[in-house]
Amino acid sequence: MRTSSEIETISKRATRAAGFPWGIAEEIGKNIKTLELLSLTGIENLNLYLRSVKGKQVHGPKEICADNSLESAAYCPFYTGSALLDSANKVEEISNLTFHSVNFPILLIPFLNRLSEKIGKKILLRIDDVDFLLNLNKFISVSKDFEGIVIESAKIVRIEVLENENSFSEKIWDELYDLSSETFVEETDRLKENAAGAGLADND
Amino acid sequence: MTSINHRSANDIMTLSRLGSFYQSKLSFLRSFIREFKDWDFSTDLFELDENGYGTAVYSVKKNDRIYSLVCFANELDSRDRSDRVIATKWDAAFVLHDGIPSEEDIIRLKKNVPKQEVGRVSYKELTLSRANKSVRIFEHTVEALASGNQPDKELISDVGYLYRTTAVYGSGKFGLADRYRIKDRSEICGPFRLEMMLVYLVRQFTFDQVNHIAKSRNPSNAVKLSHDIARNLGIGNSTGLGMAPFIVNHPTLLHNWIYSREEALKQIRSIQKVDIEDFKKFKECFEKSKLNIDTWKTDSEYQTKKIQRLIKDLDSFEKNYLLNIKFQENLFWNKLYLWVAEHLSEEGTEYIVSMLMEPYDKIVDPLIQNMSSDEDLFFDIPGERSVVDLINIINKNYSNILNIDFNSNEETTNFWFISKNKEEPRVANRYEENGSTLEQPLAIARDISALLKRLNECQNTETVAEFLMDNNDLRHAVRRCFIIEKFPYSEIQDNIIGANLVPIDMLRLKLSFFGAQKFDPRSDKWLRINMYQGAPLINELKTANDTWIYNRL
Repeated sequence: MRTSSEIETISKRATRAAGFPWGIAEEIGKNIKTLELLSLTGIENLNLYLRSVKGKQVHGPKEICADNSLESAAYCPFYTGSALLDSANKVEEISNLTFHSVNFPILLIPFLNRLSEKIGKKILLRIDDVDFLLNLNKFISVSKDFEGIVIESAKIVRIEVLENENSFSEKIWDELYDLSSETFVEETDRLKENAAGAGLADND
Repeated sequence: MTSINHRSANDIMTLSRLGSFYQSKLSFLRSFIREFKDWDFSTDLFELDENGYGTAVYSVKKNDRIYSLVCFANELDSRDRSDRVIATKWDAAFVLHDGIPSEEDIIRLKKNVPKQEVGRVSYKELTLSRANKSVRIFEHTVEALASGNQPDKELISDVGYLYRTTAVYGSGKFGLADRYRIKDRSEICGPFRLEMMLVYLVRQFTFDQVNHIAKSRNPSNAVKLSHDIARNLGIGNSTGLGMAPFIVNHPTLLHNWIYSREEALKQIRSIQKVDIEDFKKFKECFEKSKLNIDTWKTDSEYQTKKIQRLIKDLDSFEKNYLLNIKFQENLFWNKLYLWVAEHLSEEGTEYIVSMLMEPYDKIVDPLIQNMSSDEDLFFDIPGERSVVDLINIINKNYSNILNIDFNSNEETTNFWFISKNKEEPRVANRYEENGSTLEQPLAIARDISALLKRLNECQNTETVAEFLMDNNDLRHAVRRCFIIEKFPYSEIQDNIIGANLVPIDMLRLKLSFFGAQKFDPRSDKWLRINMYQGAPLINELKTANDTWIYNRL
């Protein structure tokens, strides 16, 4: 088995060898390590992408907008991902973003996962018809079986920053709260008077 | 009340200063011994033939935690013995296994560990190394013991080790466990602790091996190596350029090492009333330490000059300060330090800084826990920050290097690269050799200068995120700026591609934190050192004191 350290080092060097700057290569080393730890197809997507673009010009966004497209070219996942991560505040502000035509979009996932952690909100990523829920760089859930999948190009990539909301009803919460309150001790008048540090009235 | 600050990064992080560092109480060899002194050490397997070839296993145990060193000693034709990292065969190979190795583990390791880089180990293994015998004293020692005599003390002192390692690998290399698997173990919170454990156990193996071979040669008359002589033997190490990029590639770790040293110095200088017993301990360690200088042998002209300068400095310190001053407890250390900084060279000053820590376990020990780093926490670039912020960070933190003229060939002579043959770092002249297009991103001073120029030229961007969209070629330099903002000692404040580069200064910095002694440069690119010379033997650990580093025959 290859170790995380080896995966990071080789991914970084290969990215540089394909013509990307060292600073981007550093990002990719960390990202591929994450994808592989999450059992997503990091190494395979990276290998295919780097071989497809080695020595060619690739493109990232020049600014981050709600609707993003390039004339007759697809977005590079590295430059797009790093621009999104760098522009975390703007992404949060726009909250719904679309990118038309992105190459090897799986390679975007770790950037957005880190972005989710940075802004403290979940992100829903939709690559054509596959949904990924990215949760503060802790885990990723996928809408269908994703083992061994390589996506060479996506027509549409949608990014939605989800507002922090409960995933449960107030009724369920109240039931759980009631159960938790069974750890509390009923206070007698004497306890009310003596057990707390402050007086009975906050302002006395 | 006097307010004492940390020494500034601009003063400390120059190559000449870093190349003058010495071992101290913070060094990893010494903190390893302190941490593991109450662990149980045992020999679990010792199956060597009469020539000392075979397998041995040593274990270190406390409660439920066990680490085992598995040793493989092999016959090696003298023509194949080489200290170079490009060697493919060694006298012995070692691996530190997590737990007790099963028979299957040992069979698996026997097939792989002697091959080192071309073998494969597993997540159950933690560190990997190999070593060669000292041609100068191994056979001499065996022969003397077999004849019923002890080896020549002078020769032993001159060389200082029976074996010399040529690399110690860890953290995910060649299949070894990744750091994240074990990082929460409290006993290995200090950096390189498992590497230090491996070397310490290898040292014990070298003693057991010479005793075993001597006994096999002459069962009736052979004697064992005396404890006094064994204690005076360490493990040699040959270190090449591989270590130099490490300190550039791990900026927050570098900061934590240097900061710990600077914080210790600051706290010691700030002691208002110095206890005379602490002063006596300082003097005692200082006196004993001078023996190490007397037995420091090197053929290197560069190092010889440094040693001569150190001797001159220490003589001056002793005659002009130490013997003249009347002990006054009030801010005594601060006054001493100020005298040293004013009158001694960097070599002498850093020597005394190390000595000042000797009486102060209470100051040093808590700092050791902060000498590792979770580097991923500081990896992301805060793209929302402004370009003006970035310019200010550079001007504040990189003032030493901003005046270097990187348009001159003199300042850009060298480039760092990874060799295809051995995947090891190398340095070469960019104007004479091919390959500079594959340069590693280690020329930080040059790239920071380029970044500042680009930032000053960019008119239309406000945030770093916007700047990077058109300037990702300098992304690595931008990342470093935001690291140095939080970690001022994270960067070498010097040019490491200039014609005057002495790479062994970078090696010495790292090796001093390891606790290495007797730096012996064999060129400007590699050197030999000694580790654990004077250290307590395994059966002495529980009662050993921390100043063992100054013990000599």
